[in-house]
Amino acid sequence: MALKGNLRDFSVTQLLNLIHLAHKTGALKVKGETTANAYFREGKLAYAHMDNEPDDLATILYRDKKITRAQYRTLKSRAGHLNDKALGLLLINAGYLTQEDILASVQSHYLSTMQRLFAWAEGLFVFDAHAAPPNGKILTKIGLGNLIIEGARRLREWEKLQDEIPNLDMALKFTERPGTDLRKLNLSVEEWRVVSYINPRNTIRQIARATKMTDLEIRRIVYSLLQAGLVELVRPEGQTVPKPIHTALEGKSKEEQKSLVNRLIARIRGL
Amino acid sequence: MQTVKIVVTGPFNSGKSAFIQSVSEIDVVSTERKITSEAEKIKNTTTVAMDFGRITVDEDLVLYLFGTPGQRRFDFMWEILSEGMLGFIVMVDSTRPETFREARSILETFRAYAPTPYVVAANKQDLEDAWDVEDMRIALRLPDNVKILPCVATDKESVKKVLLELLFSILEEVEKNSSQ
Ligand SMILES: Nc1nc2c(ncn2[C@@H]2O[C@H](COP(=O)(O)OP(=O)(O)OP(=O)(O)O)[C@@H](O)[C@H]2O)c(=O)[nH]1
Ligand SMILES: [Mg+2]
Repeated sequence: MALKGNLRDFSVTQLLNLIHLAHKTGALKVKGETTANAYFREGKLAYAHMDNEPDDLATILYRDKKITRAQYRTLKSRAGHLNDKALGLLLINAGYLTQEDILASVQSHYLSTMQRLFAWAEGLFVFDAHAAPPNGKILTKIGLGNLIIEGARRLREWEKLQDEIPNLDMALKFTERPGTDLRKLNLSVEEWRVVSYINPRNTIRQIARATKMTDLEIRRIVYSLLQAGLVELVRPEGQTVPKPIHTALEGKSKEEQKSLVNRLIARIRGL
Repeated sequence: MQTVKIVVTGPFNSGKSAFIQSVSEIDVVSTERKITSEAEKIKNTTTVAMDFGRITVDEDLVLYLFGTPGQRRFDFMWEILSEGMLGFIVMVDSTRPETFREARSILETFRAYAPTPYVVAANKQDLEDAWDVEDMRIALRLPDNVKILPCVATDKESVKKVLLELLFSILEEVEKNSSQ
């Protein structure tokens, strides 16, 4: 079964939460600004990499100041053919670094890669439960709890806006409050664009479409206009409420209710 | 003659009309309209008022299935539709994670109307892109005691299963209340 979608709709934090809770094993690939790859084993982060970024062990250790520039050069020229696992072993056996040193550097590199992924608002992702772990790479077992908390913090703005403006099918109208002079307000270009569409007939969603804004962008602006007391939310004009429909199960004894549900069950079974 | 109803709700295009159509003995009475707004033009028609289907149980009992309109601009009708319902079904298109958030919000809204049992139908499970049911449970933040069922709304047997699971939950609820 596929586990794919767009970060726009299902964020990195939500993905990590899913992988974490379902103890998933497999490879996550996200195509956004560049391509990000991560590998998980039983819900833990084993590997993370952004395309176009060097992630060989020598570079990771040098960046983490675990080896000197001279050592880095030597390793690159003499041990360039070794994969990370082999190089790690060599360094440990030669007494240069401990296993803990190496793991710590690798872990912090993977974590920082994932943290950068949080900034992506868009990107197609696919999780492949059958993919093999990356070859020759040092694999970690980083619990996702902290990453998820960090991601959730960033998500909060979005969720708050979602709470403030849950329904984009509402319309906006200017408040009739005296003293709010539009011309005296310091509106941004984006805000002006939205303001120009304000009309009880236009839903927020339609305004977003007309101004080519994402849900997040339009919510931000509507929120600031609401905060400024400039506009209020109203039901779009031209809707009428139809007559209610009455059905009832109330006023029956439990036995009658049971018999009724059982009759329904029998009927559906027989369909 | 007694009538009871079950409400079928869910995001735009999730398969509510198809679900009702699969088991209704009458052609679904719906008010389909040609879609005019650009963004929602992934199909030609949408349900603007509501669908309803009918299943005659016996001489004096009829079950109606009411489908809610797909677009949120009609959600003022939800409360009215949910009045007196036996339970409700939230249809979710398993291939469109972009609609999960909305499905959750619809679910919460309906739960607030009435404390009736409900189940979630992970629809379009026949499609290759369908998310796994248990992954959807997590994505939709459903507690373990809420049923989420794989569904293919165009397949009558599959629809029957979902309806039966809801009815079982309703029966459990009746029994629970009577033992108090
Ligand atoms: N493959 C597949 N297609 C389905 C399934 N259920 C519905 N569809 C298709 O999905 C599309 C939407 O189905 P509808 O039943 O119109 O959905 P709806 O929820 O009533 O849509 P609105 O009333 O516009 O909200 C149609 O093209 C259906 O044929 C399913 O289980 N599998
Ligand atoms: Mg419909």
